Amino acid sequence: MAQVKVNINGAPYQAEVEPRLLLVHFIREVAGLTGTHVGCDSTSCGACTVLVDGVPSKSCTLLAVQVDGGDLQTVEGLERDGQLHPVQEGFWEEHGLQCGFCTPGMMMTAVALLERNSNPSDDEVRRAISGNLCRCTGYVNIVKAIQYAGAKMRGEPVTGAAESAA
Amino acid sequence: MIPSAFDYAAPQSLSEAISLLQGNAGQAKVLAGGQSLIPLLKFRLAGPELLVDLRKVPALDHLEERDGHLAIGAMVRESALEHSALIASRYPALLDTSSVVADPLVRNYATVGGNVAHADPANDHPATMLALRATAIANGPNGQRTISIDDFLVDTFETALAPDEVLMELRVPRPAAHSGSAYVKLERKVGDYAIIGVAAQVTLDGEVCAQAGLGLTNAAPRALRPREAETFLVGKRLDEESIRHAAELAASAADPVSDLRGPADYKRAMVRTLTTRALRLAAQRARQA
Amino acid sequence: MAVAVQGMGHSVKRKEDPRFLRGKGNYVDDLKLPGMLYMDILRSPYAHANIKGIDASRALAMPGVLAVVTGKDLDAAGLAWMPTLMSDKQMVLPVDRVVYQAQEVAAVIATERYIAADAITQIDVDYEPLTPVVDPIRALDPSSPLVRPDRENKTNHIWHWEAGDKEATDRLFEQAAVVAKEDIYIPRIHVCSIETCGCVASFDRINGKLTIWMTTQAPHAIRTVFSLVSGIPEHKIRVISPDIGGGFGGKVPVYPGYVIATVASLQTGRPVKWIEDRSENLQADSFARDYHITAELAADADGTMKALRVKTVADHGAFDAAANPSKFPAGLFSICTGSYDMQAAHVEVDGVYTNKPPGGVAYRCSFRVTEAVHAVERMVDSLALKLEMDPAELRLKNFIPPEKFPYKSATGWEYDSGNYPAALHKAMERIGYQDLRREQAEKRARGELMGIGISTFTEIVGAGPSHTFDILGIKMFDSCEIRIHPTGSAIVRIGVQTQGQGHETTFAQIAAEELGLPVANITVEHGDTDTAPYGLGTYASRSTPTAGAATAIAARKIREKGKLLAAHLLEASPDDVEWVDHQFQVKGDPSRAKTMADIAFAAYTNHPQGMEAGLEAVDYYDPPNLTFPFGAYICVVDIDRGTGEVKIRRFLAVDDCGNIINPMIVEGQIHGGLTMGMAPALLEEITYDEAGNIRQGTFMDYLLPTAMETPAWETDKTCTPSPHHPFGAKGVGESATVGAPPAIANAVVDALSHLGVTHMDIPIKPWMVYKVLEEHGLAQP
Ligand SMILES: Cc1cc2nc3c(=O)[nH]c(=O)nc-3n(C[C@H](O)[C@H](O)[C@H](O)COP(=O)(O)OP(=O)(O)OC[C@H]3O[C@@H](n4cnc5c(N)ncnc54)[C@H](O)[C@@H]3O)c2cc1C
Ligand code: FES
Ligand code: FES
Repeated sequence: MAQVKVNINGAPYQAEVEPRLLLVHFIREVAGLTGTHVGCDSTSCGACTVLVDGVPSKSCTLLAVQVDGGDLQTVEGLERDGQLHPVQEGFWEEHGLQCGFCTPGMMMTAVALLERNSNPSDDEVRRAISGNLCRCTGYVNIVKAIQYAGAKMRGEPVTGAAESAA
Repeated sequence: MIPSAFDYAAPQSLSEAISLLQGNAGQAKVLAGGQSLIPLLKFRLAGPELLVDLRKVPALDHLEERDGHLAIGAMVRESALEHSALIASRYPALLDTSSVVADPLVRNYATVGGNVAHADPANDHPATMLALRATAIANGPNGQRTISIDDFLVDTFETALAPDEVLMELRVPRPAAHSGSAYVKLERKVGDYAIIGVAAQVTLDGEVCAQAGLGLTNAAPRALRPREAETFLVGKRLDEESIRHAAELAASAADPVSDLRGPADYKRAMVRTLTTRALRLAAQRARQA
Repeated sequence: MAVAVQGMGHSVKRKEDPRFLRGKGNYVDDLKLPGMLYMDILRSPYAHANIKGIDASRALAMPGVLAVVTGKDLDAAGLAWMPTLMSDKQMVLPVDRVVYQAQEVAAVIATERYIAADAITQIDVDYEPLTPVVDPIRALDPSSPLVRPDRENKTNHIWHWEAGDKEATDRLFEQAAVVAKEDIYIPRIHVCSIETCGCVASFDRINGKLTIWMTTQAPHAIRTVFSLVSGIPEHKIRVISPDIGGGFGGKVPVYPGYVIATVASLQTGRPVKWIEDRSENLQADSFARDYHITAELAADADGTMKALRVKTVADHGAFDAAANPSKFPAGLFSICTGSYDMQAAHVEVDGVYTNKPPGGVAYRCSFRVTEAVHAVERMVDSLALKLEMDPAELRLKNFIPPEKFPYKSATGWEYDSGNYPAALHKAMERIGYQDLRREQAEKRARGELMGIGISTFTEIVGAGPSHTFDILGIKMFDSCEIRIHPTGSAIVRIGVQTQGQGHETTFAQIAAEELGLPVANITVEHGDTDTAPYGLGTYASRSTPTAGAATAIAARKIREKGKLLAAHLLEASPDDVEWVDHQFQVKGDPSRAKTMADIAFAAYTNHPQGMEAGLEAVDYYDPPNLTFPFGAYICVVDIDRGTGEVKIRRFLAVDDCGNIINPMIVEGQIHGGLTMGMAPALLEEITYDEAGNIRQGTFMDYLLPTAMETPAWETDKTCTPSPHHPFGAKGVGESATVGAPPAIANAVVDALSHLGVTHMDIPIKPWMVYKVLEEHGLAQP
């Protein structure tokens, strides 16, 4: 057994775990944060994507012990003070999700992309999310959602595809 | 998919790492980025008793030019290569390679050292290292040694490293003036291992090829250097005709197998196509250099 | 003043999204119950083998392992086999034989997921390998190994099914000036929703109630089947389908894992969770397609189509566990005359057993419609080549003319409405068809290769009229229950189940439109058999045609009562009250009006003497017919002469799904459907080697498209409402999956047609194209 101590979304978590415990299971089952999903067993789908020290990472292909001492961010940490993150807002406004299963991972990748590149081209967005599979949306609206978020973060005016509820 | 149980250590020093490896003769595995090893553990295709994680071992993540070569610490991530100005300006084949290995998320962990040490003929860096004539620096109980990349890559999943040796660094000679390099990969979809990949580096003397390096991914049981093609190019004008002929020689050197990525004769033809394209691109870059 | 309801035609922001965006969805694997146990399944490495013995003693000795369930245990309880939806039976766990690779062999129940995973490696199974048969054509040879010796009929042939008029068809073929013929294989594929399948079964010993949270698209049907099979009374079973991470047809069947987990919970009295891995999902869960088709299309010399003849061998794997309406073993495959006016057609399908996993589910499509559309759309292009006619022109010449609707097809379907030329003209104009043809000619002259592919498909969705359609005897109606609360908000409960289609929003919009209540004030609930009205579930694009209609009708029932209440409040005769602009008003006097909120309040506080209190209604809707969405798709591809890679340059989809509830959601469904149409055209397939080993058992080889392979889809629409649907809608979730594959295949064949290519099987892989280029000296690095 090994000690793992991490911060997730700013809150400390500590547990005695088997070295083989996958990070995604630490997040879902030890920390109880089930927004991070598992969609495959071959490191292909990205449903498990979280930020480890700001870096988007497939948490199914990391051991919890490997990130001991790390600072993690999951989908649950995106909203701040009751305010959706621009990426969350973009996914809502542009209908960037259908079943929602890939969405947390997809959004974490998008957050990291926009931190590094505040004004990506559509092609750069597509390249950045190429490790995240979505079976429902066909990606077009995901690209729009990320562009919406980028524009919003740059302080530009934004309009989404959706009308808001009355 | 859940790995079977193992022990884990994250030593603070190289000597500690080596003695852990030595003390668990053959039952320990080095863990770098884990992007090849952890999937193998999950599918229970590997079952080491101990993982020796290099993440705390100092001085393995440098990426800089020293004494006429580029030093790539074994723990340098693909993403570091991909976003390095130095790599972009002087080692375009490495940039090409690091931006087509796996997908962007895997690249945030996968290390260049692990990519070469894993010795999977489907991995992209071995071919590039062949074309760039890299050397590997290893360290073990008997100290440090330097191994040419040709000697380092022994067979499928087999390198010259002893079980208690750690790959420390890959050294890529700084390209001479008027050099250009490229890596061209054909894949079934983004994130896939190569159907075929070809790395090329040429140095021009006017229009004449002064030096040539080539490496092939997934064209044989190990990353392959098509020697005859390299030899042929040296001293030739680097025009379409000599490029095509070199590509032909590379294709005949290839020894691919039929699998889901295509029949063997298709793959051989792809060695021809991609060698042509890699050489064209390398030559074009050399002219601009 | 009109009420702002955001009903039909509004791109309302999805009501379900706030929880998904925050990581607060409730998927099955998110559930954690006190005392919960975990199940893992040991699977067969062989495609065909006798099981001589199973020794689980080492596994049972492991700390944390509570039980190992085998076929023998289930057999003792009469549960080793279960019925399929197609009057066949299927092993839950084998007693003495496995019949496909990755078949369930035994299950471990343990206190932790990791322990269960370890324990399955400690079970020793003594297999005696048998020769498998993997090719369905070979399987029909009497000398082939028998897949199902348990059946009375000692053959691998399951059934023969046909539709249409054989004699008339044969006669037309004899007279035809031109006949195009192709062998078309539509490979086995897998839906691969990003969430795999699983369940938590929880049996409460005290009150005798079994609750199962399950990744299912059809919770009510599951409840009934479980009750019939287990003998547990139906009111003691509750099936909850919580948030589902994509379904596409793969979550319609009952998988052995659900049954074993349930048995384990019954036995232990503790909740049991089973979540399959992706490889298990891909290797053992229901596949789609796997149709070996020979199709012939007869025409006059001027291109007038006469008749279609189709013979198909359908590979069903080891059990016929297809998810089709009972009377339709080949689904709605006989829709294969498509959008064309033909005098006759004859379609035959033979179902065959092989040593492969069972299935035959949809893949984001209505029952076998994709197979039908692919066959006919490929044949039209093949015929065009024979006639040396432009494929668009040939289509326009043979479309069922708009004035012929409702149209009775040669195989007996009555198409509700359509305007095919309008859709194709729109697509051709928007994409610049003639310019593309010119560009193609110029490029060909230079040896460059581009292709233009058309698909003008007709779908058939919304099963179905219950006189024809049932599943295991349960008629295929669907349902809605609406309750309006005193302060003017409402709850809508439906018998269908969302897996991402946005029902919580669109059904609220339907109700809003019909009731005049704002969308924001309407909650939609579904997926819990204890609260939702009985329904057949969501698949085959049936939600809007069936439960959507039920919602409108239930709302209209409420409006009838509302009218009486309005008359009471307005002190007018009910005959003088009308429904205008989402409210009741006295005829000709807009100043005397009552909103539905007013009515709702009155229904509980001020209803007339003699009237029942409350404002609610239920409707079980039995559609008079299916609906027939259609579309015209055009795809432009470029071919890399050095590698044979096909690059989709443009893809335009003009869809017609009748009246639209939420345009944003419809467009999203089309984008997704197009991507799932492209995937089998260029990337996805499941194949087996001679020994029955799957070749694409993980996502490393089963190639789901990423954002990089997926083009920036272009969409447009025409609108031809369904005349028989209460609000003229047709259903859209799957049109694009159905229509896209032939558009892409046709484009690639078009690019190579001058080289004599008339057909290529999908998925079209670079090496297949390269081979053609090489043979014609067109390959160039
Ligand atoms: C989905 C997916 C797709 C991929 N696609 C590609 C691709 O297209 N092209 C490609 O090239 N790769 C691909 N990879 C592999 C990926 O790039 C690997 O991670 C990489 O090859 C190995 O690097 P690593 O740091 O992850 O090594 P690890 O997984 O940590 O180690 C791999 C092996 O090398 C040994 N090792 C590692 N470092 C050292 C060292 N310093 N000294 C001694 N031994 C060492 C380990 O013991 C182990 O045996 C893919 C991986 C995934 C998961
Ligand atoms: S779960 Fe699929 S990549 Fe992590
Ligand atoms: S929204 Fe369902 S997988 Fe992306």
